[in-house]
Amino acid sequence: MARTVPSRAEDARTARQRATPLADALDAQRINRLAHFDVPAHKSGRGNPELTEYLGERAMAMDVNSMKPLDNLGHPVSVIRDAQRLAAEAFGADDAFFMVNGTTSAVQAMIMATCTAGDEIILPRNVHRSAINALVVCGAIPVYVNPGTDKRLGIPLGMRVEDVAKAIAEHPSAKAVLVNNPTYYGICSNLVEIVKLAHAAGMRVLADEAHGTHFYFHEELPVSAMAAGCDMTAASIHKTGGSLTQSSVLLTRRPVNPDYVRQVITLTQSTSASYLLLSSLDIARKNLFFRGREMYQKTMDFADYAREEINELGGYYAFGPEIIDGDAVFAFDRTKLSVHTRDIGLAGIEVYDHLRDDYGIQIEFGDVGNLLAILSAGDRMMDVERLISALEEIKRLREKSPIGLFDHEYIDPVIALPPQEAFYAKKRRVPMRASTGLVAGEFVMSYPPGIPIVAPGERITPDVLEHILFAKEKGCFMTGTEDMNLEYINVLA
Amino acid sequence: MRTELWYTDEHTRDVRFSMKVVEQIASKKSAVQQIDIFDTSAYGRVLVLDGGLMITEKDEFIYHEMITHVPMAVHPRVKNVLVIGGGDGGTVRELTKYRTIESIDLVEVDKHVVLLAKKYLPFTSSKLKDKRVKVWFEEGLRYVRGKKAEYDLIIVDSSDPYGPAEGFFTREFYGTCFKALRDDGILINQHESPFYAAHQKSVRDAHRHIVMEFPVSTVYQCHIPSYPSGHWLFGFASKKYHPIGNLDEARWNKLRINTRYYNTALHRGAFALPNYVLDILKEEESGC
Repeated sequence: MARTVPSRAEDARTARQRATPLADALDAQRINRLAHFDVPAHKSGRGNPELTEYLGERAMAMDVNSMKPLDNLGHPVSVIRDAQRLAAEAFGADDAFFMVNGTTSAVQAMIMATCTAGDEIILPRNVHRSAINALVVCGAIPVYVNPGTDKRLGIPLGMRVEDVAKAIAEHPSAKAVLVNNPTYYGICSNLVEIVKLAHAAGMRVLADEAHGTHFYFHEELPVSAMAAGCDMTAASIHKTGGSLTQSSVLLTRRPVNPDYVRQVITLTQSTSASYLLLSSLDIARKNLFFRGREMYQKTMDFADYAREEINELGGYYAFGPEIIDGDAVFAFDRTKLSVHTRDIGLAGIEVYDHLRDDYGIQIEFGDVGNLLAILSAGDRMMDVERLISALEEIKRLREKSPIGLFDHEYIDPVIALPPQEAFYAKKRRVPMRASTGLVAGEFVMSYPPGIPIVAPGERITPDVLEHILFAKEKGCFMTGTEDMNLEYINVLA
Repeated sequence: MRTELWYTDEHTRDVRFSMKVVEQIASKKSAVQQIDIFDTSAYGRVLVLDGGLMITEKDEFIYHEMITHVPMAVHPRVKNVLVIGGGDGGTVRELTKYRTIESIDLVEVDKHVVLLAKKYLPFTSSKLKDKRVKVWFEEGLRYVRGKKAEYDLIIVDSSDPYGPAEGFFTREFYGTCFKALRDDGILINQHESPFYAAHQKSVRDAHRHIVMEFPVSTVYQCHIPSYPSGHWLFGFASKKYHPIGNLDEARWNKLRINTRYYNTALHRGAFALPNYVLDILKEEESGC
């Protein structure tokens, strides 16, 4: 590829991105050896030798409290501010906010910074529970757009532009449209077009990029939220970007007021932000800026290879860019390795269990009809070969006829009450099997992927109940209800 | 004082085995691993991969004879053989002693091992040019995946299971080998040593995984001075033949194959195992 001569502005940007101000300040702090009479009480690990032995001295010495040389996440004025500015620049945003309560908190902050009680928000039903949780907290009213469903794969897709336009026309006072970019399975909506429609109607566009951090660093990947003109996005750097688990970033563009966003974040975010998490964001950002393209090229190469080999095995269908239809599947994230398993007569979750229990291979998740493996630049070819061979072995030893598997994954929700009202309403406990026709007062979902099968305020239709019981029987890890065994569900009294 | 150069193989974190180096012959960083070849005063020329000792000129015959002649004396009609790993060519050298073998596929992930062996390790690589031998530079798991009932004998001549050979100690690998073998096929694998804890874990994993896939599965031993503890195991897994019950001593001895370590009396003895090894095997079998 011919490289153009970088402009002076680009040179300056590259020089800036080499810095890691927050990580450097933390390291200087470690070397300074201050006498600490502040929290945490382990004092560089000396107060907890067993934990220090377990995690290592260096990690313990970096676990410090916010102090003047290290800035304060709730009110950043020095190194955290600088690190956040570098992150904003690297991601093409106007402002960036480091998050230490997971991408969940970033999703909630962007919804809460946009909607208040009674406001409508347009979103696909296959959002992560964190989005609906935000509606429970802030009292916004969901307007669900049916994401298309791929009949063969049984997976929810993206929102069609036409359906979003219809929702906007029917709910002109809605405050925002929320879009998954991409879904857990790597499927993207036509984000650029949705942004145009929403902005023309005076609505904001919020993106959930829990699985899309890498979109910012390779031109062959689907368009990122910031590049598409979204107003806010929650990018889970810890998932595919290399920072520590639970660290994340909220990115915004003007005219979104960054000071107001910071206030909203501060409502629920820890005032004792972990510097291990924060410094991991700083270093991951630099790594992404300089090595991101190479990393995601390698990831795509692994995934393309694995898809080809798995499809050659027969029975399995490792789907890829060929499912793009220009609308409900506007783009596909090639780094995702999703495999449809129903044609070998096994549920995705069953293959997931065999992979772990019989072959010592842990993948991201299995649902009713598919499994998802996350690949990264940290993988080795040998391990990719192991995964492919183990899938072949599972097929050879356990293939069944595909009859008897559940044939729909998306269920159009019947909404009786808004989430907040339902969550706080007076409830009673009924056996799950006897809940048909009642209104749910809590969530039920398989985790992962964490997309609710039923959410507070939704009616438990026979389809919903069938789906819950089937997923449970197949061994999906079911969560959300007060009853840890999912025998009972709280419904509206 | 004279300057001395020593190569040290870390047998465990706390045990080291050093040999005096006369000269470094080759050093190459391939895409897969670091490859070094030394001339040593006690063991002759040695091949080292990622710092770990693979073969020495002095004792490689033990390893290569035991991994090859044991199955060859049991299976009456070996025509098609697959060797996985073994880029030094030593196993192939032993196999080419049998005129009845029609084809030998050697699958080595690192072509630089073969290139360097051809140049610097003639004592093992001499028969790689035999016209029955075909060398494939590929990931072993991938090569076997596509094969169905094509081989009479598969020999897994791998390095230790930390690094490029990790995949060869997994259940999926043995399962795909099972599928690649004919109905009376035999699988032999480098099975590590039972003596030190770290290697014993590999012995256990390999045995447990093989037992899950093959109806006949046991191990046999030999003594390799340069390997950790000197006490080394090979796995014998088969769909039909028993390593002692189906041993045809007369047939093998009539072939008049020249060996320095293997003979048919030793064949029987190699399957007589120490009690602590029997216990390890039993423990793993009871979990299956």
